[in-house]
Amino acid sequence: MIGTLDPKIPSGALAGKWNSHKDHARLVSPNNRRKFEIIIVGSGLAGGSAAATLGELGYRAKCFCYQDSPRRAHSIAAQGGINAAKNYQNDGDSVYRLFSDTIKGGDFRSREANVYRLAEVSANIIDQCVAQGVPFAREYGGLLANRSFGGAQVSRTFYARGQTGQQLLLGCYQALCRQIAAGTVQMFPQTEMLDLVVVDGHAKGIITRNLVSGKIDKYAADAVVLATGGYGNVFYLSTNARGCNVTATYRAYKKGALFANPCFTQIHPTCIPHSGEYQSKLTLMSESLRNDGRVWVPKRKEDCGKSPNQIPDNERDYYLERKYPSYGNLSPRDISSRAAKEVCDEGRGVGPGGRGVYLDFADAIKRLGEQTIRERYGNLFEIYEKITGDNAYKVPMRIYPAVHYTMGGLWVDYNLMSNVPGLHVIGEANFADHGANRLGASALMQGLADGYFILPYTLPNYLASQMGKRPSIDHSQFKKAESDIRAKIDNLLKINGKLSLDSIHRELGGLLWEKCGMSRNATGLREALAKIPEVRENFWHNVRVPGDGEDFNQALERAGRVADFLEFAELMCTDALARNESCGAHFRQEHQTPEGEALRDDENFATVFAWEFQGNGQIAPPKLHREPLHFETVHLTQRSYK
Amino acid sequence: MNFRLKIWRQPNAKSSGKLVDYEAKDISPNTSFLEMLDIVNEDLLARGEEPIAFDSDCREGICGTCALTINGEAHGPDHPGAVCEVYMRKFRDGETIIVEPFRVRSFPVVKDLVVDRSALDRIVQAGGFISARAGSAPEANSIPIPKPDVDLAMEAAACIGCGACAAACPNASAMLFTAAKVSHLALLPQGNPERTSRVLKMVHAMDAEGFGNCTNTYECEAVCPAEISASFIAKLNREYARASLRASVRE
Ligand SMILES: Cc1cc2nc3c(=O)[nH]c(=O)nc-3n(C[C@H](O)[C@H](O)[C@H](O)COP(=O)(O)OP(=O)(O)OC[C@H]3O[C@@H](n4cnc5c(N)ncnc54)[C@H](O)[C@@H]3O)c2cc1C
Ligand code: SF4
Ligand code: FES
Repeated sequence: MIGTLDPKIPSGALAGKWNSHKDHARLVSPNNRRKFEIIIVGSGLAGGSAAATLGELGYRAKCFCYQDSPRRAHSIAAQGGINAAKNYQNDGDSVYRLFSDTIKGGDFRSREANVYRLAEVSANIIDQCVAQGVPFAREYGGLLANRSFGGAQVSRTFYARGQTGQQLLLGCYQALCRQIAAGTVQMFPQTEMLDLVVVDGHAKGIITRNLVSGKIDKYAADAVVLATGGYGNVFYLSTNARGCNVTATYRAYKKGALFANPCFTQIHPTCIPHSGEYQSKLTLMSESLRNDGRVWVPKRKEDCGKSPNQIPDNERDYYLERKYPSYGNLSPRDISSRAAKEVCDEGRGVGPGGRGVYLDFADAIKRLGEQTIRERYGNLFEIYEKITGDNAYKVPMRIYPAVHYTMGGLWVDYNLMSNVPGLHVIGEANFADHGANRLGASALMQGLADGYFILPYTLPNYLASQMGKRPSIDHSQFKKAESDIRAKIDNLLKINGKLSLDSIHRELGGLLWEKCGMSRNATGLREALAKIPEVRENFWHNVRVPGDGEDFNQALERAGRVADFLEFAELMCTDALARNESCGAHFRQEHQTPEGEALRDDENFATVFAWEFQGNGQIAPPKLHREPLHFETVHLTQRSYK
Repeated sequence: MNFRLKIWRQPNAKSSGKLVDYEAKDISPNTSFLEMLDIVNEDLLARGEEPIAFDSDCREGICGTCALTINGEAHGPDHPGAVCEVYMRKFRDGETIIVEPFRVRSFPVVKDLVVDRSALDRIVQAGGFISARAGSAPEANSIPIPKPDVDLAMEAAACIGCGACAAACPNASAMLFTAAKVSHLALLPQGNPERTSRVLKMVHAMDAEGFGNCTNTYECEAVCPAEISASFIAKLNREYARASLRASVRE
């Protein structure tokens, strides 16, 4: 059973912890490495970089993803950029400043030691990516260019046009391909992890389904690494890809891994507004747009129907500039999102359904010329025009917040290992570094930090004690897990009702968006907690999953994921209700400052909430474990972006 | 809007397939093409029929998963862009739309509109990378790269790996895909040490996968969602000639 949660933070001064940890961590010698099998689930920035690096070090790695190629992981969609404390701009950046910005941006709900390490290795990531051939933007002199990004007062963001995630992932995919060709990494595309296998308390394997043939397989390993990304799709509509899911992490949770801060969800302020029921996803407009675009709505409700170009400047409310003069349009994501919701709730929103605000480039075009704006954001303006039919060089864009990133995830210690020994969790799938709110351009940084530079040091520390302990797939735990999964698939196929998966998933998403979205309160959360089991019942009685399990069956894939979302949603709401304070993206209406900002309660909640699954197959209220957070370097202050 | 659809149905790689008629009714012009197929699938489901299998993931034109041929055109009528970025306002009300998978010998059909494009991964595995071990990288600014060079490399690197170039090519050639990767890496100083071996290995892998030869019809460029220029094919040919010469001198 789980005792107190020990994050295993090394002792010593903050700035020396990581070096001294590396100096003392146990190693696996080169000729022993090939005796270890490592399973890596996920081929995004986190999983791809981990698999490539571990393969290169000489371990035998197996990498799994649900797409038909590892290059298609959703990291590919990141647009804006990646942070690193290089201080190439000579504008006062440093490891310390990136660290303290991240701690404050996360509203004091992340671990100092982890965040400091992240800032420390950030510079190596840029070196690594450039060496791999990532074509980052450069200045005329040939040196790397930077921009400032969401909430930062220095320019520390590296970018490759509006396709930074794509270029970083391709760098990582190419490194992975090299290892696949070398035979150190075996790649399993279109293979979904459906369960974690725990043997004698250690994570030693997984159960998968081949999405093409329907075949269920068992894989044993010396350690399992989950890099399965975020669960924003629990809301049905989000900026995530259609296949993004909580299945891998949720099933690990059901096998004993703690789920930390599941309610911390980032709502991104600049997405294209929702246009109708049929819509299957929301599209992000990179917030780098906020560097040059000005956000406004009409001052008067009556003007909302007018064409924006007919509304003179003095009748516009540039509400971010007005409320947060020092950060203005670059205020952090949670603040900008809530401010947009507020003005729309006041009836001053624009576009269909009044759920939108303007992002206006007219001033920037006047100042810099259309050509410069085209160079900076051309592809984003094209995406916008494709989707909405509008030309944003001529009329302001319309934007609205959308679910984008999940700070919550499986609990991990400083070694990125969960409470289940052997189970490591990296990238968006873990909870560690972003606290209650992630800063822009920091997820790419974290995924690559974990995979290239942290896990390769911390994993051997576990493996060193595991020589020869890999079980066979004939072990009873593998057999049991396999038969459980077969039964679950049969149950899904047996329901044979009339409702479509989408209709139920949409209902769940709508409920969460209302009750556990941008702002939450106890009454709403209790309502959601009462309602979710009903939606789940409805699913298990009335949904229709056609076809069979022994075949390429996309409906069955989705059904499994929706079934997990339907359970996980309850955990999210439980967490949101228990966290009786506001912090970062978690805004409890009961707890706000007179100006309407998030009001933390550090005395009671400067702590991670890590939930343990209870109940034998059934869903019972989860058990709460706490990990207190200590702020020794950055002092607890109320965030202020005024 | 209403549409008549003729959609390719094929249970698996081994069986044969055929076009089947469907209807899509009351579709908003702001629906994307794939969302229109979602709606058709919901109808099929409600009637107890098996939904149409088609691939997609990001639905914003970047992951390269979606792959459909609409009325004979890879990725449909709205170039440049992937089929997930095509909106129904691009079609005429009442139009008949034929939907087929990418038809390339080296992309066997998995089911209905889904094809297996792992051949593209194998071309990259053959050499489409720079060997740079984590931990060994030099300081990022130690090698300045002229902005025009890196901008051109970026244009080539933007390939989303969808395979439409091969689907549009009368010879089913994957030249544009391969040329994009070879050019991206050859244009950067970091790619120089492996420049010779890379192009030879990638071109051989492409041939071994059964892709056809390039006869300069440029259908690939016309459908490429990432606007990869066919001039990179000329670059690939130069790289290949240079590498062959070097390899023969070394022998
Ligand atoms: C539209 C968008 C724009 C963004 N822009 C930025 C930005 O500019 N800067 C920034 O820093 N961050 C950005 N982010 C966030 C960032 O992209 C992600 O947090 C990050 O890429 C996640 O990487 P990952 O490796 O953890 O997961 P992912 O890239 O999502 O990879 C998950 C992997 O797990 C696999 N997988 C998942 N479930 C299973 C399963 N059950 N079985 C087998 N395999 C599975 C998938 O196949 C995939 O390979 C953006 C996010 C979005 C959605
Ligand atoms: S070159 Fe263009 S068409 Fe070919 S795979 Fe790349 S993006 Fe697709
Ligand atoms: S679904 Fe990703 S490019 Fe079309």
